[in-house]
Amino acid sequence: MLIMRHELLLIAITVILLLVEIFLPADKKSRIITPAILLMTAVLILGFIPGPTGILFGGMYQTTALIIMLKNILNIGALIVMIQSADWLRKPENKEKISEYYILLLSTLIGMQYMISSGDFLMFYLGLELATIPLAALAAFERLKEKSAEAGVKLIFSSALSSGILLYGLSMIYGTTGSLYFAEVGPVFTGTPLQVLAFIFFFAGMAFKISLVPFHLWTADVYEGAPVNITSYLSVVSKGAAAFMLTILLYTVFSKIALMWSNVLYIIIILTITLGNLFAIRQQNLKRFLAFSSIAQAGFILLGIIGQSQYGMSTVIYFVLVYIFSNLGAFGVVGIISNRSGKENINDYDGLYRTNPKLSMVMMLSLFSLAGIPPVAGFFGKFFLFAAAANHGLYILVLIAIVNTVISLYYYLLVIKAMFLNRSDQPIPRIKSDFYSSLGLILCLVGIFAIGIFSAVFEMINGLSYGLY
Amino acid sequence: MSFLLLFIVIPVLTVIGIFFSKTHMQVKWTAVIGMSIQLILAGVLIYLFLAARAAGNTAEILFSQDMVWYKNLNIHFFIGVDGVSVAMIGLTAIVIFAGIFASWDVTDLPREFFTSLILLAAGVFGFFISLDLFTLFTFYEIAVIPMYLLIGIWGSGPRHYSAMKLTLMLMGGSALIMLGLLGLYFNSAPGGGALTFNLIEISKVSIPMPAQRFFFPFLFIGFGVLGALFPFHTWSPDGHASAPTAVSMLHAGVLMKLGGYGCYRVAVFLLPGAAHEMAWIFLILTTIGVIYGAFGAIWQKDLKYINAYSSVSHCALVLFAVLMMNETAMNGAILQMISHGIMTALFFALIGMIYGRTHTRLINEMGGLMKVMPFLAVAYVIGGLASLGLPGFSGFVAEMTIFVGSFQHNDVFHRVCTIIAASSIVVTAVYILRVVGILLMGKIKNPEFNHITDAKWFDRMSVVTLIIGITAIGMAPLWLSDMINNGLVPVMQRIMLAGPILH
Repeated sequence: MLIMRHELLLIAITVILLLVEIFLPADKKSRIITPAILLMTAVLILGFIPGPTGILFGGMYQTTALIIMLKNILNIGALIVMIQSADWLRKPENKEKISEYYILLLSTLIGMQYMISSGDFLMFYLGLELATIPLAALAAFERLKEKSAEAGVKLIFSSALSSGILLYGLSMIYGTTGSLYFAEVGPVFTGTPLQVLAFIFFFAGMAFKISLVPFHLWTADVYEGAPVNITSYLSVVSKGAAAFMLTILLYTVFSKIALMWSNVLYIIIILTITLGNLFAIRQQNLKRFLAFSSIAQAGFILLGIIGQSQYGMSTVIYFVLVYIFSNLGAFGVVGIISNRSGKENINDYDGLYRTNPKLSMVMMLSLFSLAGIPPVAGFFGKFFLFAAAANHGLYILVLIAIVNTVISLYYYLLVIKAMFLNRSDQPIPRIKSDFYSSLGLILCLVGIFAIGIFSAVFEMINGLSYGLY
Repeated sequence: MSFLLLFIVIPVLTVIGIFFSKTHMQVKWTAVIGMSIQLILAGVLIYLFLAARAAGNTAEILFSQDMVWYKNLNIHFFIGVDGVSVAMIGLTAIVIFAGIFASWDVTDLPREFFTSLILLAAGVFGFFISLDLFTLFTFYEIAVIPMYLLIGIWGSGPRHYSAMKLTLMLMGGSALIMLGLLGLYFNSAPGGGALTFNLIEISKVSIPMPAQRFFFPFLFIGFGVLGALFPFHTWSPDGHASAPTAVSMLHAGVLMKLGGYGCYRVAVFLLPGAAHEMAWIFLILTTIGVIYGAFGAIWQKDLKYINAYSSVSHCALVLFAVLMMNETAMNGAILQMISHGIMTALFFALIGMIYGRTHTRLINEMGGLMKVMPFLAVAYVIGGLASLGLPGFSGFVAEMTIFVGSFQHNDVFHRVCTIIAASSIVVTAVYILRVVGILLMGKIKNPEFNHITDAKWFDRMSVVTLIIGITAIGMAPLWLSDMINNGLVPVMQRIMLAGPILH
């Protein structure tokens, strides 16, 4: 029981919310928000209490200290998203669907946690699907808006396609190794031609989920159409979970063909970072902008994986943690402004600092963290990722990545330029944030500063990670 | 706790103080108080340093403190000073102190202005006291990034363009530095053992030559971008011309020295073998830079552009001297950094004050200013004379030392470079004297200039501080030069170990 406590706790809240949903009259739905957030906080705190680790269901489910930490990281992200969406949920058109929102959100989280904990490909696939399908419903949450519905459809189609490809890869894995258990597949997965094909299909499927180039085409449209809070959840928690899983699988199951996948990654990293950045420069809509920036960030995450060491794995986890706080900070500001004024373009942010200094500061620090400017945490995250790749001797790759950080700085500065440097005749009026929006942003800010300056977080992660060999 | 930490703590406290200040005046006075304490601290540091040396303390690094930061990467927060960094800290304290007074009339968003300015200064102080490459790099970036807002919000002319160009070019440089630092780190223990970012530790091992050859260009060009290494100097004229007064002062006076100091402290010091091999490439570039900057200044009509190009020339001379890699020239390089730092800050301060009164920076439109603002005009002449290397001022000491040092090389290549670079002094004299002639002498061209008032108290405060600095170095260079020499000894030993001793 205790081994699976993260998932069970989340299921418990989901059930509670379902029951409440049945008994609560429609006009009092907004009362759910605070208890839901409190429950999630409790789950998060309980998750940190050390508990037993081990194997369940004959090896289909496994948990280790590292996996528990990954789940906690995802919980943090989900909690912040829940806090940030409170203001948006209170809008009249969303009021009736508050509990649905939480239930769907939590189901995807449960899916991710099962996926990370899986000990076999079937369980992994189940978790992945549970994490993906409710997301499509969430993306189409503002169903009266054309773009939101479109985003939902696009997400469900592209993820169905990618799941299909992935499943095909899995079937070939089963065909060549005769097992789906990670522990049994790993030793015999030596890279026979069919296994290479299997790996390629598998990797393509995962690349869809993390939106790596050239499997990124769905990202910008879905991010733009979905409600801001869902977009932030997609870009942070969902992507983080997939990145964790990819790291774990590459380091364990596919460790025998490391030479092959590191070559694949090498090319994909360059493509992902460069194209993500170049497309981000041209974006006007901030959600699309952040979508492309998050594609580029995914490329940076791979930089740690290619390091193929314990240290590389730690940097991936650390970077995702930093990225959660930085990206949620940026999305939080975009969300508040979009909710209150309906404006989502970079031009609309002209002169924002003069009317909303606090929001602009949070946005600036978040963007600096995404760009990797000290003293905020993004700098440490990026530096460590580069160090992980350099440790493996990939200096040219690191150089390309570092040059890309300068390109990314350019477009992040464009937003900062709009907020701080430009003047506007019709700036966004002063926004008075409600409690939850402020709380969400404060949490992000604390994370952005604390994770970098205090080395304890990184050391803790490094203590639990493992390398390739 | 080492008292060097105060150099970071005080700016941070000042920023917090500014955050809680209510009025415009409170903001400014908080900044003044903070930076005065910083100036006093710098004085105390120089005194303590000299006292420790006089008392026979020969440790390479004084007042050091070593705290573990990221344990599994062996990243430390390691601070300490030697003679060179003490001198640079003194320079920074003087320039930022003068800079606060020079920006007394900032009215748009004063709180944000002073916060960014002081953050920038904190980055610079942190850079000069750091002895761990990671810490050093962190502070380096902290010093660079506030520039974007400072130029973009409070600048003039095509400020958005200049701010973006400057930031991206400097961050491009820092991207190269980052790769170089990673290279140093992963080669810091060739014989096995723990990898380290510790500058002193790395200087004791000899990094394999292939790695040195690969990483030296990254580090030298990376820092060189900030030190206005030709052809990566193009951010400098635009950036300086668009920046507000205090920012130009700090940037040309101090921030560009981060580049020179980095080249000396990281690139040449830690990779001496490659430095010996590749110095000729960069010597050609810096020689071009020295001459190009000087000629560039002749053609300009805007006072700030003139000074920006002259900074390119003078900073190129710093890198030129570093690349000569002998003790005299290195000493000259450091002296030149300090002398030019104060001098150019004085120029930019005066240009800002003149612009504030005449509302033009084009020299053709001005004339006879000596009659209406004698104080500023005399200060300008003093700055000009120091800049063209008149004996008695700091510029002479520095340039003399550099050329004497570089002439110690007795091969044709070095001699030719030296002669070409030295000829820039003549060109410098041309543009300085020409500007002084047009700007200050002659008739008053614009009748409105008759109503101009001379310097106010805060202007005088800024100018006098800087002039004291210039003349102090010019009149009594020995104490400073001794202090610098003291810091150079281990660096020179290291460089000589790596290559043939060049004279």
